[in-house]
Amino acid sequence: MDNVVFDRIRDEITENDVVVFMKGTPVFPQCGFSSVVAQVMTTLGVKFKGINVLEDPGIREGIKSFSNWPTIPQLYVKGEFIGGCDIVREMYENGELQQLMSEKGVQTQAA
Amino acid sequence: MEASEIERLIKEALPDAEVRIEDLRGDGDHYSAYVRSAAFAGKNRVQQHQMVYAALQGRMGGELHALALQTAAPE
Repeated sequence: MDNVVFDRIRDEITENDVVVFMKGTPVFPQCGFSSVVAQVMTTLGVKFKGINVLEDPGIREGIKSFSNWPTIPQLYVKGEFIGGCDIVREMYENGELQQLMSEKGVQTQAA
Repeated sequence: MEASEIERLIKEALPDAEVRIEDLRGDGDHYSAYVRSAAFAGKNRVQQHQMVYAALQGRMGGELHALALQTAAPE
């Protein structure tokens, strides 16, 4: 696979505590699933970087092999792949996501 | 993609799995699946979902647009 793309992905998830690879932007998501993840982050009061894969075909394909995950959105926290829309929603609803953020030292509004 | 085909592929890879599939919009394109298998024991959620995606052999994100997935290991 394309090492240049992997390097860029690695840089993004290293330089930013919370990264969402998504379709569209946090303000204007262009897919319902991406919108859910962006909304959860906003509700938690977590600062995150949204990367719009629609503007970057290399990342759009690259992130799928990088994470071994076939769909977008994808959430990374402190360099670790947490999951896609279903997992994020499930973890948010049972409180695991809030716990994960605090364990990883990510500031939430509640903290 | 037919629900029966999704179920068949999952059971082929995870023969013990309990699989429940729902066609969310009745359009053969948006499904939810609940999959319970002993093979998930000791795996985290990401790994469990990856096993289901592997069972679907690349169809997820392509031919199969939306599959809301919930996985569990038997208690």
